[in-house]
Amino acid sequence: MAISRRAFIVGGSLAGGGLLIGYVLAPFSNLKRARSLGASGDEVLLATWVKLAPDDTVTVIVPHSEMGQGVHTSLPMMLAEELDADWSQVRMEQAPADPAFANGALARGYLLGDWDIPAALSGAADFTMRKAAEFLNAQITGGSLSVRATGVEGMRRTGAAARWMLIQAAAAAWVVPAAEITTEKSRLTHANSKRSASYGEMASAAAKFDPPADVPLKARERYTIVGQSKPRFDLPAKVDGSARYGVDTRLPDMLYAAVRASPVFGGKVASFDAAKIAGRRGGVRALEIPGAVVVVADNYWRAKQALDALPVTFDEGTGASHSSESIFAGMESALEKGGLKKDYAFGDVDGALRGATRVVEATYRIPYLAHACMEPMNCTAHFHDGKLEVWGGFQDGLGARVHAAKTASLPLERVTLHHTVMGGGFGRRGPTLNYLEQAIALAMQLDRPVNLIWSREEDMTQDNYRNASVARMKAGLDPSGRPVAWLHEFAEKHDPVEATWISYGIPNRAARYAVDTDPIPFGPWRSVDNSVHGFSIESFVDELAAAAGRDPFEYRRELLSDAPRHKAVLEAVAQMSGWGTPAAKGRARGISLKESFNTIVAQVAEVSVGEDGRARVHRVWCAADPGEVVHPDCLSAQLEGGIIYGLTAALYGEISIANGRVVEKNFPDYPMVKMADAPKIEVKLVPSGAHTGGAGEPGTPPIAAAAANAVFALTGQRVRALPLRKQDLRGAPPPWQPEKGGNRS
Amino acid sequence: MQIRVNGTAYEIDVEDEMPLLWALRDALDLTGTKYGCGVAYCGACTVLLDGKPVRSCTLPVAAAAGKDVTTIEGLGKPGALHRVQQAWLEHQVPQCGYCQSGQILAAVALLEVTPNPSDAEIDAAMTNVCRCGTYGRIRAAIHAAARA
Repeated sequence: MAISRRAFIVGGSLAGGGLLIGYVLAPFSNLKRARSLGASGDEVLLATWVKLAPDDTVTVIVPHSEMGQGVHTSLPMMLAEELDADWSQVRMEQAPADPAFANGALARGYLLGDWDIPAALSGAADFTMRKAAEFLNAQITGGSLSVRATGVEGMRRTGAAARWMLIQAAAAAWVVPAAEITTEKSRLTHANSKRSASYGEMASAAAKFDPPADVPLKARERYTIVGQSKPRFDLPAKVDGSARYGVDTRLPDMLYAAVRASPVFGGKVASFDAAKIAGRRGGVRALEIPGAVVVVADNYWRAKQALDALPVTFDEGTGASHSSESIFAGMESALEKGGLKKDYAFGDVDGALRGATRVVEATYRIPYLAHACMEPMNCTAHFHDGKLEVWGGFQDGLGARVHAAKTASLPLERVTLHHTVMGGGFGRRGPTLNYLEQAIALAMQLDRPVNLIWSREEDMTQDNYRNASVARMKAGLDPSGRPVAWLHEFAEKHDPVEATWISYGIPNRAARYAVDTDPIPFGPWRSVDNSVHGFSIESFVDELAAAAGRDPFEYRRELLSDAPRHKAVLEAVAQMSGWGTPAAKGRARGISLKESFNTIVAQVAEVSVGEDGRARVHRVWCAADPGEVVHPDCLSAQLEGGIIYGLTAALYGEISIANGRVVEKNFPDYPMVKMADAPKIEVKLVPSGAHTGGAGEPGTPPIAAAAANAVFALTGQRVRALPLRKQDLRGAPPPWQPEKGGNRS
Repeated sequence: MQIRVNGTAYEIDVEDEMPLLWALRDALDLTGTKYGCGVAYCGACTVLLDGKPVRSCTLPVAAAAGKDVTTIEGLGKPGALHRVQQAWLEHQVPQCGYCQSGQILAAVALLEVTPNPSDAEIDAAMTNVCRCGTYGRIRAAIHAAARA
C-alpha cells in the first residue's frame, strides 16, 4: 500500500500503461477498506501499515507471511526506525488476506526499477510489467522480496509519513513550528516551550492529517533499530510448542482427511471400492475429488489407515511414459537440435568461439528436487452459508484467497482466509496450491470443516518440483587462458530472468534455452533458476581455471575487475577460509560465487572423500554483500539455512521419474543433511551499502558448485551430475596439480 | 486406555495400535508434537517416554501405557521455560519452528544422560531433521544449556 496520492501517481507516470491505472485508482477505496479491516476499538489507523493506540502501542501490519525468515520482526524494525518508535512498544500483526493490503510496494519496486536487472538481458522490460501485473493481486512472500521491496519502499516510507503526521498534529496543538519538534522513542518534544507528548496521546489528532506526498527518510548514520538483531517476535511460541501451524487447525465438528492423488501427474480416478473400508471406526467415508480419492474420519490416523486399505485404480493418462532418462535425453536432443530461444547475447559469441585458441566444453545434468517442507502440505476448509473459509500457511495469502475463490466459483468477498504459521515454505506454499484445491473440492461435498493433511509420501510425490535441467557450456580461451567467449545453453527457463547472468568480464557471451522439454509440474524452489545455474556456471568457471592451469580463486578474481562488489565478496571469502593455505589433511577446498536477488554470495566448501567413496562437506565459509543489512542475525540465519538447504540438494537431492511417477516416497529415499553431516558454517556480512538485496534465497545457489569444485581439487574428478553422493569417488584419476600455490593438501 | 502425559492421567478411547503421535495430537489436542514423516526418520514427533526420546509416529499408544510421556507442552511454560528452551531463545534457534519441539526434547534427553556433551555426542544424539538448517545454532544452544 502506498502512502499517498502522489506516490501512486509517480509510480504510474514512470511505468505507464493499463497495469498501473487500476493501481493508481485503488488506494483511496483501499485505504478506507484497510481502516475498516485493520482498525478496531480506539485504535486509529494512521497509515496503512501501522496502527498507533492511545496506550502507545505501535502495531505494524505486515503483509508478508512468516516462514522462519524473521520478516515479522525485520519489517516492523524498518517502520519503527523511521517512526522513531519505542521498540519495546512495537507489536506485529499479520495483514489479512485482503486486496486492501496487497503489496503495492512490491509492484512499485519493480516498476521504479529500483534494483538492477542487467540491461543486456532480453525481455527485461516485459518482465517488469508482467511482474507488476502479478503483484496487483499478490501478497507474495517469495523472491526474497519482503525486506528489499515491502521494507524499503513500504515500511520505511510509511513510518516516516506517520512520524510526519504526528509532528504536524503536535505543531498544530502547541502552535509551534513543525521544524522545531523532535521525536525519540515514541515521544514528541518541543524543547523551547518544554512541551512533550507521547505518540499515543497525539495519534487521534495526527490521523486528521493527510499522509504526506513525500517525506525524507532518515540517514543511515542515525539508525537506532535497523542494523540491530532484535529478538524475533515469533520465537517464544516456537520453543514452547504453542505456535499453531496449518496442520494444527482445530475447529468444532472438524473432520480429518487423508488423500491419495493419481501417482501419474494428470491422471484421474478410475474406480475405488468403498465397501472395503465400510464399518471402520471413526465414521470413515471415501469421497472422490478431481484426480484423487479422499477418506475422511474423526481423526487423521483412522482416515489414513482406511485410505491405505482402500483399493483405488487410476486412469493414468498419457503421462505414464515419462522417465528421468527420457526427460534428460529429450533435453539433450533439444539442445543438440538448436533453434534455442535467446536469453541474453552480448558481443559475437559464435565468432569469438571460432577464433579462440582453445575451446572448453562441458555438459551438466541437474535433477528434479522436491521441497520437502517439514510440515507436509495441508489445508483446512469449511463451506457454509454460501461462504468458504480456509485455514493454512500460505506464502501469498491474498493469492491463495483469490485462487480459493476461483476454485470454489465464489466471489472474493465470500472467501475468508485465516493465516497460520508455516512449517517451511521454500516456494512450495506460494503459487502452487494443489492441496488448497483439494481441500476446497472436499469441503464443498461436506457440511463440516475438514482438515486435509498430506502424508509425507503424498507431499513428496505430488509436489511442484524444481525442474531438472541439462546445461551445455562452451567457452573460448585466449592464449593466456582467459575466456573470450562464453556460451551457456540450457533446458527450461523460469524465474528470475537474470539468473543466468554472470558478472565475469567476458567480452562475448550468450545464453540460450530450450523449452517444452519438461513434462513434470514445476514450482519455485528456494532461489528458483539460480539453484540450477549456480551449479553449472560456477562449475564451468572452475573448469576454465583448471584448463588455464590457474588457481580458481585468482582466475575468478581477475575476471571481476569491472565488478568491484563481486570481487570484494570473493576476496572476503578467500580470506576467511584461508584460501591458498593448505587444507586439513585429506581435504580440499572449492570456491563459488553467485549473485541472486541482488545479494552477492561467495562460498568456500572444504570436503573429504570417505572410505565409501562419497564426498563429505566439513566446513563452509560464506561471505555476502546484501547491500544494506536490516537484521544481521536473521540474515546470517538465512544464509546458514540456505547453505544447508542447498547442500542437502547437492549431496543427496534427486527426485527421479519412472513410469510417469516420482520414485522417491519419503525421507529414507530422499535423505536430508542432519546434525552429524552438517558442516561448520561461518558467515561474514560485507555490506556495501547498495540497495538492499534478498536474504531468504541467496545462500542456496553457490554451495553445490563450491562442493563439487572442492571434490575436483581433491580428486581430480569433475562431478557434472548432481547429487554428489551418487558418485563413487574411489579410484580417482591423478589429482589436478595447480601451477602455483595450490589449495590441496 | 489410560495414558499419563505431562504428569496428568488421561482416559482415551483409541485403538491400541494408533501411534502415540496421533493419540497426543487428535485425542488430547497436544499439537506441539508434530507429524513429519511417519517412518521415524525425521524426529519432528519426538517425545520423552520415561525421560528417553522416542519417535512417537511409529510407537503404538499401547506401548506408552503405564509410562510417563513428556511433550513440549509439559516441558516449560512462558515465564518458566526449561533451560534448553531458554538457550533456544538466547541463540534464536528456530526459523520455521516446526521441528523444534522434537529438537528441544531430544536435547533435553541428551543433557539428562550426558550433562556436558561433546560435539561428537551431539552428532550421535541429535538425529532430527531441520529443513531450515538450524543445526549450528542447535549445537551452540545445547552447549550453552549444558553450562546453564
